[in-house]
Amino acid sequence: MNTSVSNTGRLLMAALRMLLVLTVVTGILYPLAVTGVAQALFHDKANGSIVKAGGKEVGSSLVGQSWDLPKQNPDDENEAARPDPKWFQPRPSNSSYDPLATGSSQLGASDSRLVQAVKDAKQQVAEFNGVPESEVPKDAVTGSASAIDPHISPEYARIQINRVARENGLTEQQVAKLVADHTDGRTLGFLGEPHVNVLELNLALRDLAKS
Amino acid sequence: MSPVLADVLQVTALIVALALVHRPLGDYMAAVFSSEKHLRVEKWIYRSVGANPNAEMRWSAYLRAVLAFSAVSVLLLYVLQRVQDVLPLSLGFKAITPDQAFNTAASFVSNTNWQSYSGEAAMSHVTQTAGLAVQNFVSAAVGIAVAVALVRGFARSRTGELGNFWADLVRGTVRILVPISVIAAIVLVAAGAIQNFGGIHELTTVTGQTQSISPGAVASQEAIKDLGTNGGGYFNANSAHPFENPNGFSNLLTIFLLLVIPFSLPRTFGRMVGNVKQGYAIVAAMGTIWFVGVVLVTWIEYAHPGAASQLAGGAMEGKEQRFGEGASSLFAVSTTMTSTGSVNSFHDSFSGLSGGVLLLGMMLGELAPGGVGSGLYGMLIMAVIAVFLAGLMVGRTPEYLGKKIGTREIKLAACYILITPALVLVGTAVAMALPDGKEAMTNVGAHGFSEVLYAYTSASNNNGSAFAGFGANTPFFNTTLGLCMLLGRFLPMVFVLALAGSLAEQTPVPATAGTLRTEKPLFTGLLVGAILIITGLTFFPALALGPLAEGLGS
Repeated sequence: MNTSVSNTGRLLMAALRMLLVLTVVTGILYPLAVTGVAQALFHDKANGSIVKAGGKEVGSSLVGQSWDLPKQNPDDENEAARPDPKWFQPRPSNSSYDPLATGSSQLGASDSRLVQAVKDAKQQVAEFNGVPESEVPKDAVTGSASAIDPHISPEYARIQINRVARENGLTEQQVAKLVADHTDGRTLGFLGEPHVNVLELNLALRDLAKS
Repeated sequence: MSPVLADVLQVTALIVALALVHRPLGDYMAAVFSSEKHLRVEKWIYRSVGANPNAEMRWSAYLRAVLAFSAVSVLLLYVLQRVQDVLPLSLGFKAITPDQAFNTAASFVSNTNWQSYSGEAAMSHVTQTAGLAVQNFVSAAVGIAVAVALVRGFARSRTGELGNFWADLVRGTVRILVPISVIAAIVLVAAGAIQNFGGIHELTTVTGQTQSISPGAVASQEAIKDLGTNGGGYFNANSAHPFENPNGFSNLLTIFLLLVIPFSLPRTFGRMVGNVKQGYAIVAAMGTIWFVGVVLVTWIEYAHPGAASQLAGGAMEGKEQRFGEGASSLFAVSTTMTSTGSVNSFHDSFSGLSGGVLLLGMMLGELAPGGVGSGLYGMLIMAVIAVFLAGLMVGRTPEYLGKKIGTREIKLAACYILITPALVLVGTAVAMALPDGKEAMTNVGAHGFSEVLYAYTSASNNNGSAFAGFGANTPFFNTTLGLCMLLGRFLPMVFVLALAGSLAEQTPVPATAGTLRTEKPLFTGLLVGAILIITGLTFFPALALGPLAEGLGS
């Protein structure tokens, strides 16, 4: 009995030493080595693809943000966000584009609350952009998985052109060209879906409107 | 290009890449676990630990080493989370509560990586890299080690010896998992994944709001998360987060990583038993089930049944624009059938029937192709069952790879296949009978039941994905799911190693005209049939209450 207890104790100590050594290899050396290489070769990407405009950091090209009007009452937490008609609008977000609270609605595809949310979003997007509901694309009325999806579909960008041009004093052709320039196809031609980066598009829009 | 054509190309590219890599990688892994030589770094590790890598272990000694290593892993990871607030680089996060720390420790040590916490809002740099990332490596290496021990049981005769656990653990980590992870992590950073040890980065957006950009050693963890079929994301959104999975290319790379070792291990098996065709029969069974799953889920998601998806014009709720339905479906099937559990889209919002296919993929026992190591040993157990069934049909004592499948062997295999169904069904039943089950549901009715069933299926099969609307961070669920993960991981290992020991002791019987040819397509068909019948009979009633009721009702 005593020998089996001391055997078990010896085995557990050996296991602990093994775990500590492997922690050094995989938990310290490995991430530090990868970080070193990543910071040396891909400094901007490794640090979050931060986008600067006019020398100031304004976001990350991989993290979506909201494009709402300033709150009427900054102290009112329940005040509904109002999208700013001047900007291209992103997809609905489960967390108002807070990067510290990523994740989706988790509602099932036939859930009545999701049906209502889609119905409301469809009506709002159609009205806001002055298009019939039948032209509103699926990504405009569904929440993304991450809640910080930086992209919209080219179709969703297209139905916003008319409104954005009007609000910024630009012609539709100018804005349509901007959208075309900022539409990325599938990666390598066949991976994923075509998409438009909202932050980059809006920054280009701001430059165009200023000039 | 139409989305469907793009998806066909995407799946084709993935299959071609796996077909090209599985032979050299499988042969390499066979050489790693057969070699007599130790690398210099390995010798240093053995010396500092005081382990003798050349001492052969019988099955019971091998099992004791596995359990001892896993026990101290649970303990250390638990302690690390409980004291993370006083360690450096805490990012200001508090210590994790006892029940959640137990759940997370059980989860990462059992290669499940179920997460009842939200990474960006709970775990410090030290916990993520020195705790969670370490288990990503070593829990995967433990899985490979146990699979290799079972393969040695088939390959060896008249000995009870199955190799040395410490050597298998260290070799799997140092020679297989670390090198591939380094390359994969750097490619992921090149694609846009982040890799830094900074603090939370605050900036002011164009509209004047403050935005907090998360930091983290993400790419390095992402690589092993998928390569080791772990699945625990750095962030709550997991592989849907653009910092983990920035574009279509990183997405396909991620899927490749999580499939590559499970699909290559049958080659390793074939090499080690001296007949690569035996490996082909196994990989064909894995590939068939996986491919049918991919086609089914992709088809259902494009058809987008479900009232909300119909109204929206597509099943994009809980999916990212840069991936779309196709790349999300491919990811979902690959992650549920490999016991990975990382997600690039949220399965809770998939249509009811797709959710059912994903559930079924896990219920099959994570063997098509399954987790690293666990997929191979799960499939070999099913192969034992399949030759037994075939033996019953023709009335002769079954044999597999020259080893007789007698009473002892079939009892061990039968115990193996009973464990996870028992955990899943008993766990779900208990949760539903108590108020806790209903309180945790985000959805109501059949879909709500699916959330609970999915949670226990995912935990017991060591998958780790979730119908994430399920509010799992309660003491009840943290504890019961934690127990399911540990029992679902380590009880099967007991039977696998006992079986390996029993096989290794046998004297091989020569093949005769009456021997079932287990390297032929007929056997692959028999194997797939056995898997579907066993799983179907076990889980059909539960599936009928959840996803089938929802899918047919909408």
